[in-house]
Amino acid sequence: MELEFQHINKTFGRVRANQDISLTLRAGRIVGILGENGAGKSTLMKILSGYQPADSGEILVDGVPLHAGNPQAAIEAGIGMLQQDPLDVSPFTVLENFTYGQVPGKRLNSREAAKRIREQAALFGFDLDPDQTISSLSIGQRQQLEIMRLLELGVKALILDEPTTGISAEQKEVLFAALRNLAKRDGLIVLLVSHKLEDVIALCDEVVVLRGGVLVGDRQMPATTAELVELMFGQALTPQSRESVPLGSSALRFDGVTLRNKRVAVEKFTLEVRHGEVIGFAGLDGSGQELILRACAGLVRPSAGHILLNGQDLTGKHFRAYRENGVVFSSAGRVEEGLIAGLTLTEHLAVTNSGAFIDWEAQRERTAAQIKHFNVRGTPESEIQQLSGGNQQRFLMALLPDRPNLLVLEQPTRGLDVDSARISGSSCWRAVMLARQSCSHRPIWMRW
Amino acid sequence: MNEELINILNSIIANATPLVIAGLGETVSERSGVTNLSLDGSLQLSAMAGFAAAIASGNLLVGCVAAMIVGAVIALIVVVANIELRQDMVAIGFVLTLLCADIAQFLGQDLAGQRMQPMTKLNIPLLAEVPIIGPVFFQQPAIVYVSYILIFAIWWWMFHTRGGLAMRAVGERPETAFARGTSVNCLRYVYTFIGGALVGLGGAAYSLAIKPGWTTPPSMRGEGWIALAIVIFGGWHPFRVVLGAYLFAVLRALSSAIQRSPDIQIPLVLLNMLPWLLMIATLILVSSGAIDRLLSIMPRPLQKWTRNFLRSDPPAALGTRFEQD
Repeated sequence: MELEFQHINKTFGRVRANQDISLTLRAGRIVGILGENGAGKSTLMKILSGYQPADSGEILVDGVPLHAGNPQAAIEAGIGMLQQDPLDVSPFTVLENFTYGQVPGKRLNSREAAKRIREQAALFGFDLDPDQTISSLSIGQRQQLEIMRLLELGVKALILDEPTTGISAEQKEVLFAALRNLAKRDGLIVLLVSHKLEDVIALCDEVVVLRGGVLVGDRQMPATTAELVELMFGQALTPQSRESVPLGSSALRFDGVTLRNKRVAVEKFTLEVRHGEVIGFAGLDGSGQELILRACAGLVRPSAGHILLNGQDLTGKHFRAYRENGVVFSSAGRVEEGLIAGLTLTEHLAVTNSGAFIDWEAQRERTAAQIKHFNVRGTPESEIQQLSGGNQQRFLMALLPDRPNLLVLEQPTRGLDVDSARISGSSCWRAVMLARQSCSHRPIWMRW
Repeated sequence: MNEELINILNSIIANATPLVIAGLGETVSERSGVTNLSLDGSLQLSAMAGFAAAIASGNLLVGCVAAMIVGAVIALIVVVANIELRQDMVAIGFVLTLLCADIAQFLGQDLAGQRMQPMTKLNIPLLAEVPIIGPVFFQQPAIVYVSYILIFAIWWWMFHTRGGLAMRAVGERPETAFARGTSVNCLRYVYTFIGGALVGLGGAAYSLAIKPGWTTPPSMRGEGWIALAIVIFGGWHPFRVVLGAYLFAVLRALSSAIQRSPDIQIPLVLLNMLPWLLMIATLILVSSGAIDRLLSIMPRPLQKWTRNFLRSDPPAALGTRFEQD
């Protein structure tokens, strides 16, 4: 199969998501579509897979124009897309999900389908049981199922949208091995949409880079990281130099703390954090980081050990006690949990104010000041949902209480757009940059 | 078994039938993602229409069909307002329930007191002769047999056909259904229409069989809300919904038996609360950890079935609009 994009254009309101993109893709190759959040890679892939129509331009499949008004038509043309959050139905079983939506004429009955799932799963090294329900699967397993389903539909071009987000290292190995097999052995076109350089470098034969909706580069691998970074950001990025900070007294101490939830246990964890320190937690999702972070904020109670804040033992206390001691916790789901659609920025800030009555004039001034301070694009009267993701993120910083003793941030850079990301090139640094923006004194940062 | 008890059981099955049919109808539309809150008004108006049509034509079947048409049209109003006019289903359904109840009272003024021969009991050959089961289940009006068929037909369709898979997907995650080539809104029209027709049939079951005739105020007033509650109690599973309807009828029979007995002095209001309290208790039991423990000791094939049966989450996309971009 050969896929040819010809002058694809797509705009959303005033945003030009794709501008005159032309590109040819050949069978048997793994192509990385690289770009920052908001660079237009997902839009391009959605156009290819029929989830969105292009404003103008054409896609040729083996020289024949593709009329994909919907995903089903694209699948019939041999193009299938694995969404970042796999499109399945959570109360369904693996088997039901596998059989639902098969192209007429190629339908399997339940027994055949179950057999097929077992065979294919064994072939790819996937870990799937036909009788499990989707809701009991990890994202990695749901991806595996979706890939198997798309292959069963006879897909010749497989698009994967940020497939390595939220899956384990082991699942990533299995996935990459499967993708290599599909491209090399079965001659599929594999399109990997990603903003993770390491994934693209590890897997791809060719990399296409988008920036601001424009195709800015098409490189055969291997290419250097520096070259790709420069294409992605339009400039070579140098890590910001670190400012050294004298460390203060002990702010937080974990003394042989044991934490448990259903899936994972942290045993006898000991850590000392001093004022002025930034601690990062690295590791795969679900390795226990969220337990530790939540324990810092008093949201999880340790089954053994002690947690000391500023030398005061707060083990087992309610999270309110932690808050009163200056702990500020911002969860990974903060955009969903921390913002209220329909309320204006002023109203958001007014909510954080104490007192029964609201002085709207004062609140508006305070909001205007915060908007300026955090470089948010919006007015005090804007409703929060009118802001872009990055602006929402920055506004959230404005909502955090002043002068915390301990600031606990869970995945603070998740979903940042170009703007926010441009502050710094490497993801490890973003948290600290935001920290410097938001707080004049030195809080403790925890992240991974 | 004594004659009286069998008679009571027989009447419990009969009395539960309108709730069974209406509950199944609501299950069908809610499984596809549409809340038809007009149930109470819809039951009254279709009962009235069914009775009027039956009297005018002298034919019970015509009455049933008329009632089904009325129920289906009311359901269509809900779904058209939601899909085409972008209105909130709950608001529309609620307004319709009040409106239809009043229309039923207004149009039914002259029907009150009119008489017609209701559905007679039919004995199913062979089955009616089986001891206990026969007289309880198979010496009933025709509408009861229709409800038996509906229970199994709907269950079979939902869990054993591709059509049922699409129906559930539309109610759970319409984006997925769309991606798999299902016309989401088209299916919602179809299932809401069918569901509404069944609600209408439930109305006819009252006025033509179980509580024959038409009175002011209508004798089935409030039953629609009970049917809605039973759907929730039933966790949107046809068998459990039916079980809920029968359980409710049992509790009612019990409370009226207690009322009649001279030895027991319990205030009537308290007795009427009984079914609801028991329902809440059952819901809490089902959603508690006790069920999980029970499941873990069951054999594997049975586990899956039981979990499916006890599931009490509403369809994830219930009450939401679907727009493809």
